[in-house]
Amino acid sequence: MIRFQDVRKAFGEKVVLDGLTLDIPEGETTVLIGFSGSGKSVLIKHVVGLLTPDAGSVTVDDEVVHQLDWDGLTALRSKIGYVFQFAALFDSMTIGDNIRLGLARRGLEPGEIEERVAQSLSVVDLKGTEEHYPAELSGGMRKRVGVARAIALRPRYILYDEPTTGLDPVTSAVIDQLMIRVREQYGTTAIVVTHDMRSAYTVGDRIAMLYEGRIRQVGTVQEIQQTEDPVVRQFIEGRPTLPGAADTTALSAGGV
Amino acid sequence: MTLPATFRDSAPGRQVSRVGTFAVDAARALRDRRTWGPLLLDQMRRLGVASVPIALFIALFTGIVLALLSKYIFTGAVPIYFVGTLVGKSIMLELGPVLTGMALAGRVGANIAAELGTMRVTEQVDALETLAYDKYAYLVVPRVLAGTLMFPVVTALAVALGVSAGYLTSLNLLDLSSAEFIKGLQIFYKFKDIWYGLVKAASFGAAVTLLGCLQGLATSGGAAGVGRRTTLAVVYGCEAILVLDAFWAVVLL
Repeated sequence: MIRFQDVRKAFGEKVVLDGLTLDIPEGETTVLIGFSGSGKSVLIKHVVGLLTPDAGSVTVDDEVVHQLDWDGLTALRSKIGYVFQFAALFDSMTIGDNIRLGLARRGLEPGEIEERVAQSLSVVDLKGTEEHYPAELSGGMRKRVGVARAIALRPRYILYDEPTTGLDPVTSAVIDQLMIRVREQYGTTAIVVTHDMRSAYTVGDRIAMLYEGRIRQVGTVQEIQQTEDPVVRQFIEGRPTLPGAADTTALSAGGV
Repeated sequence: MTLPATFRDSAPGRQVSRVGTFAVDAARALRDRRTWGPLLLDQMRRLGVASVPIALFIALFTGIVLALLSKYIFTGAVPIYFVGTLVGKSIMLELGPVLTGMALAGRVGANIAAELGTMRVTEQVDALETLAYDKYAYLVVPRVLAGTLMFPVVTALAVALGVSAGYLTSLNLLDLSSAEFIKGLQIFYKFKDIWYGLVKAASFGAAVTLLGCLQGLATSGGAAGVGRRTTLAVVYGCEAILVLDAFWAVVLL
């Protein structure tokens, strides 16, 4: 289980997370929504120790991430897959080598590595692209390779950072189906950061809205769809103003 | 060892502290040989072998000019065979290592900072860490070791060519005989002339690559950030070479 407890993070004067508390239940997909710049990506980077909180803690399976030594952090990262917003593939390596890199780190036999590479690319419908370089693939294909690289490690948790941003609706739907397939096939616990509400409703078991550094509301898809909270309503309906308001107060406060 | 508080809080003091902390992290990653070992040869080829042409180009013309300058300086006052002495000593002790170091600070330092900076802003460094790799062991250690090992090799080749160019220039343009030039070359020769230059070159290689990695990994802000950090890597690399050059002169001469 992943648990954020009273997490605070500031960059200079700008407070991004301001005492945020949230639990991510096992086996579920929790979608994190919020305005651009509200700190969603910052939050999930704490889970793998890419950032450390100024105060509070992030615990994964009862281990406080920022208190782990290097070996502990390596062990933790071995059970978490991370899919980056722009895939973050190593552009000097082929697609196959991108996936092999993480597997080699885990000391798998060459035969098993090749098996996993082929299987992961098959899950994301990209069989036969092993020898291609990332620059030869479309944005959607690169994101699918990013997913393949993460699932090849058989992680217990997967963190998706804006998996459908910048993609056309059809490719977005393909990525959504892929995330659902990964959960069903591997039973992973997932956090999906997005502001694509169609994607959030499709893949999420629960949705949490991040606003002004804290969780504004968390609930099932149905609970979020029926919320009376004006800020959450504004976001999920994509309104430029708060319901009944004449200005864009919530928008500017959200960091847009 | 701790720095005095007043220096530590100053801008140069903070820079020195940053470099020191970075170097300690890189040294810690040395134990992860499983990660950096397989990458070392490729880095030695990329940073060292690929730098040989530019180093030789500089050494060739330095040798020619030094021979001509020596003749001009010594005319009438000093025996002409001292041309060999001046060419040999100045290339082996100073110009070979420093000019090669400066050229490589531009080529290697900029290359490393731009490559790692681009990896940083495109989240490839973060991706590497999430795959449970130590970024110091994977990115920094092989580059710094390659620089430390290959700068002396490239410098040795540059020194050999520079002295040869001075020799051929003396024979063909200055009317020196081969025996005179070699007499001048041998007259004050010490084995230290060789190893002093190579020790300096190794330290230049370590500094240039370490600073290139530090600047690259500190990059933020997209293409403009990559450009800014690449420039800083070259500037700091050249400055480090001059400071180390003075340091070794005080310590070893």
